[in-house]
Amino acid sequence: MRPPALDLPVMLVDVGIVARDVTILDQISLKLEAGPPTVLIGPNGAGKTTLLRAAMGLTRATSGLVTWGGREASPPTRRAFMFQRPAMLRRTAAGNIRYALAAAHVPRAKREVRVSELMADVGLNGLERRPARRLSGGEQQRLALARALACDPAILFLDEPTASLDPAATKAIEDIIRNVTARGVKVVMSTHDLGQAKRVAGDVVLLHRGRMLEHGPSEQFFNAPRTSKAVRFIAGELLV
Amino acid sequence: MESDVSALHLVLTADPVLLAIVRLSIEVSLSAVLVSALIGVPIGAFIALNRFPGREAVIVVLNALMGLPPVVVGLAIYLLLSRSGPLGVWGLLFTPQAMVIAQTVLVTPIIAALSRQTIEDLWVEYHDELAAMNVGPLRRLATLIWDARFSLVTALLAGFGRAAAEVGAILIVGGNIDGFTRTMTTAIALETSKGDLPLAIGLGMVLISIVIIINALAWGARRAGERYAG
Repeated sequence: MRPPALDLPVMLVDVGIVARDVTILDQISLKLEAGPPTVLIGPNGAGKTTLLRAAMGLTRATSGLVTWGGREASPPTRRAFMFQRPAMLRRTAAGNIRYALAAAHVPRAKREVRVSELMADVGLNGLERRPARRLSGGEQQRLALARALACDPAILFLDEPTASLDPAATKAIEDIIRNVTARGVKVVMSTHDLGQAKRVAGDVVLLHRGRMLEHGPSEQFFNAPRTSKAVRFIAGELLV
Repeated sequence: MESDVSALHLVLTADPVLLAIVRLSIEVSLSAVLVSALIGVPIGAFIALNRFPGREAVIVVLNALMGLPPVVVGLAIYLLLSRSGPLGVWGLLFTPQAMVIAQTVLVTPIIAALSRQTIEDLWVEYHDELAAMNVGPLRRLATLIWDARFSLVTALLAGFGRAAAEVGAILIVGGNIDGFTRTMTTAIALETSKGDLPLAIGLGMVLISIVIIINALAWGARRAGERYAG
């Protein structure tokens, strides 16, 4: 039985982020709770990464409020983040996961079993002793996912997890996303790939220039978008 | 030519005088590097991980100190340790300890500056990942030092190279006393001025060999790091 998800729901209330006089997020209100994946879409510079970082607690909101399980100050013990270009620690693949397990205070005696489980979960069995930086791009993404899962997160943020991956590597990541979702982990991810959003999203958030244009169930978003910009974006037009 | 043969003979027969000088040189330089590492790596790590007013000026000064003139350092340490100096009561002038102090002053900025650069580069890379993993400050520091260990070894070897090849500072504070504070570099300077070229050349051969070995070790450390950690 998983311990209670103290980090959920993640609530963003009128969150604004301004850096060097540039508004990156503008009055975003969003509730992230247990359930199917939430997918953030939008053109470059829409604020997808910043929104993920704010929801993780990595970037402080200039205005508004972010709470995790109703608390404002909450260390990310049951939250995990996979960056678009994850940095591999200068260790073996297993060493990277071992490190994340230690950071998550998993008892030493349980770590080796967890390393094997997590390597298997992401399909990297047999590569335990390979230096992480020598893995292919797709393998590094999967290792980063395994590392993120080491803290047994209640919510997992993925920033463009399949950017620059080929279809096979993309499918491997999407399969993992489905598996962890089935295990009760809330996934919140950004993507440029509308096809991917259709495949994995439970609900979709469309961002444009730091503002949330739409938020709704995936089916509704793709079949009956409410705004003209969403219609154009889904049609493949460039939003500038 | 005759001097070269005699020099080679001294080296190959492990001449006791030559060996004693080599041993003292290595002991002094290794001690200085050890002390410098204990001071320099934490300083480098602190500057790498913290933002404070005047930080960039500190980095510029630290980098500049890498080129400290040894004779000036020797003079400063001489003034500190001389009988009328503030640390004169310690009675360290013209001892190997004084030489270690002088070399430590020369080597610490090198190790601190190179450590700062190495750790900061890694910190830029690791920052977000460690923050996302909720890694605390001490563990963060330990991680950076451990993961940068191969590059830090290179920094220590660079410091050792500087210490082993240096002559000005230890000549002033050590006094080049036969059998007590005479090192390879000070002996080469003295023996050359006396015209005893075989010993000077023999010591020169050993010194160059040590420098080559240091560079081989630095290269090996880097290769081992790449092989192990990618």
